[in-house]
Amino acid sequence: MSLSRREFLELLGCTASVAMLPGFLRAGGIPEPIKIALAEQMKTDPLPVIWLQGQSCAGCSVSTLNSVHPDIAEVITETISLQFHPNVMGAAGDFALDVLNRAINEQKGQFVLVVEGSIPTGDGSAYCQMGEHDHKPITAEQWVLQLGNAAKAVLAVGTCAAFGGIPAARPNVTNAKPVSELLPEATLINIPGCPSHPDWVIGTVAHVILYGLPELDEHKRPKMFFGKVVHEQCERRADFENGIPAEDFGGQGCLYDLGCKGPETHCDVCIRGWNNKVNWCIRSGSPCIGCTEPDFPDFGGYGLYTKLPREAARGIEWSGPYAPQRTIKVETT
Amino acid sequence: MSRTISIDPVTRIEGHLKIELEVDNGKVVDARCQGEMFRGIEKLLYGRNPVDANQITQRICGVCPASHAQASSLTLDRALGVEPPENGRLIRNLILGANYLQSHILHFYHLAALDFVDITTILSYTGADAGLQKVRQWAQAEVDSGKPTAVAPFLPRYEGDYIKDTELNIAAVAHYLKALEIRRKAHEMLCIFGGRMPHAVTILPGGTAENVTVDKILAYASRLEEIQDFIDNVYIPDVVAVAKAYPAYFEIGKGCGNLLAYGVFEEEASGGKKLLAPGAYIDGKVVPFEVSKVSEHVRYSKYSSASKLHPSRGETEPDLAKTDAYSWLKAPRYDNKVVEVGPLARMAVAHLTATNEKASRLVTDTLAAFNAPVSALFSVLGRHAARALEAKVVAERCAEWVMQLKPGEPTHTKYQIPKESEGFGLTEAPRGALGHWITIKNKRINNYQCVVPTTWNASPRDDKNRLGPMEQALVGTPIADAANPIEAGRVVRSFDPCIACAVHVVTPDRELVSKFRVL
Repeated sequence: MSLSRREFLELLGCTASVAMLPGFLRAGGIPEPIKIALAEQMKTDPLPVIWLQGQSCAGCSVSTLNSVHPDIAEVITETISLQFHPNVMGAAGDFALDVLNRAINEQKGQFVLVVEGSIPTGDGSAYCQMGEHDHKPITAEQWVLQLGNAAKAVLAVGTCAAFGGIPAARPNVTNAKPVSELLPEATLINIPGCPSHPDWVIGTVAHVILYGLPELDEHKRPKMFFGKVVHEQCERRADFENGIPAEDFGGQGCLYDLGCKGPETHCDVCIRGWNNKVNWCIRSGSPCIGCTEPDFPDFGGYGLYTKLPREAARGIEWSGPYAPQRTIKVETT
Repeated sequence: MSRTISIDPVTRIEGHLKIELEVDNGKVVDARCQGEMFRGIEKLLYGRNPVDANQITQRICGVCPASHAQASSLTLDRALGVEPPENGRLIRNLILGANYLQSHILHFYHLAALDFVDITTILSYTGADAGLQKVRQWAQAEVDSGKPTAVAPFLPRYEGDYIKDTELNIAAVAHYLKALEIRRKAHEMLCIFGGRMPHAVTILPGGTAENVTVDKILAYASRLEEIQDFIDNVYIPDVVAVAKAYPAYFEIGKGCGNLLAYGVFEEEASGGKKLLAPGAYIDGKVVPFEVSKVSEHVRYSKYSSASKLHPSRGETEPDLAKTDAYSWLKAPRYDNKVVEVGPLARMAVAHLTATNEKASRLVTDTLAAFNAPVSALFSVLGRHAARALEAKVVAERCAEWVMQLKPGEPTHTKYQIPKESEGFGLTEAPRGALGHWITIKNKRINNYQCVVPTTWNASPRDDKNRLGPMEQALVGTPIADAANPIEAGRVVRSFDPCIACAVHVVTPDRELVSKFRVL
């Protein structure tokens, strides 16, 4: 007698649908009926995702491939339906464009649009094109407007998409804009970083699937990942407090004098680490370059490796020559 | 009857590029590569702190940022007059090497393999491997759902002459999945000394920021061992299997026949010996490389800048209205010749100049195994083979470099930014020759130019109307079915281009053929 997969699972006392769930959904904390409903929905209809690239370097895509738990194959086969991604999809040309046109015309409100890279606009929109319509090139700006207005939600992945990033740095010759400026009405989440951390990208997608929109800060970044500045949680904070500056890159001590943007950079990579927690920027002896911030990479003209003057370093309480002077009051009775 | 094919966008490459193909009697007779994206990176570098170029130029490419960090650091080493200590030199090599392995493995399995492998074979998988069973169930459920996007992102695709051997296809699917994990570990390996990846933070003028400790050496070496095992026992055999299944591709995609390598991986202090030597192969002869012979033509590029300038005097003035211009890429030429860059150029130059015994032996043995002449290297399969063999050479040398590191010794030499200076740095990205040029005035960047590998390979016509290397490789490619130009995709991807593409098939009166599928 051979059992079907479903019969076999029922024999083991699990409902087939729950066993089909991706690992992060099988975890505790989600009531059984919700799990089953989710599993049913995801079995028939995993969240359609369309991933578009504008003025990007593909770094955020490559970074997302580095997801460890869940790994990227699990994400593609169990969590989302990745309908369009220029770097991995089988289809190209009109076949690929068909996917986008179908989303615009037939899947209104049913898919999530991910945009990687800034979007050149206005006279400069010819600076990034993909595909043709009636022998005329279609610009990235046109794609973002059409897809963005049809999408359920928009994720601007990476600092270029979220804030303009590198292409929008001065003098911004291509009139590059962040996605939010093209789609002011859209339900939009910014997931900055140059590149974005895979946990931030996959984590935000999972939050949208499981619980809806995460809580966002003033720059539309999920507070769960971008709620604190690096300086608050930096492993070299004690060196700052004790007035021990690093003499050179790679040396011990606080990297502020070498241009570190930790005091004003919102992200949790100081706790999370990069590449399966192997290392992170400041641990490797390199100053934070502020890559999750709207000011990246200009920082008011100071740039990446120039020390910020005190008045420009937001988020630090200054009182002494380097670190705040503290007076400890001892109560005597 | 001649017609024009249009593939827009060509996917599974990096970036934005479009190609028009004129096909006559089932063969490509003309081709145009069109870069479709401009960001103005060189323009935005003007006036910045020279050291910032190290980070900003990495954003040219998220697949090979470490190569730009290396080129920029070598440029600044020269301009700032600073020499990295021994540890710094080795760490830069280890970072660059890790990136080569990641990039080559990603290219073969995740970008190129779907041109050959029939991924639908997984539906008939009956074996016991849990991972493959899971993929089969997923694919089956997708197919059963009947939705138009079933089995996305892998389907739809071109119809074509995919591998017929079920076992080979199944193994390829398994290796596709394994390669995702292996390339991720190559990034982890890089991160040990690079701080993170993509966009490493530790490569700097004067060396590297990360210091050397024994645990880092072990963490790197142990991951490397696993990756080497994959290269030797999975990657290279898979390339051989594809070559055996498609022998015609030793004849297809020849290209311009000239090669250029700047050389890469410093084996000594700057200006000294490199693991893979610089050199050029022009009109059938090996000649020494001279940097003064590089120039950039712009007749068909969307720039108003002067043509045939040396990059040290380069200009990048965009001009959207320029007549005849069809690409955002300039057309770099060497000694006024069209040349190809990349793993094939590096391995062939190393072999022909007898400067790397291991590379020579691997090339010779591989050609012998296929009973093929040296000319077979100039082909789709030659490029894939060169890439895989190079991964082996680089991985084996990384295993030696990591053991040469000295814990506690310095990795960085302090620098001062001079008031005025200039410099250049030449290296090789996974995709080929990479050069940066800088001029510093008042301690700020006055001019910065980058000539990147894909600019060489995917260049448009030059001032003499000569086609670029990829355009030449496409000419002569047989196209069995103009509606499914799978062969063109194979040729384009053998170059591992770093720009999104589009290929057009037109009739002489420029009428577009009806819709067709693109890989």
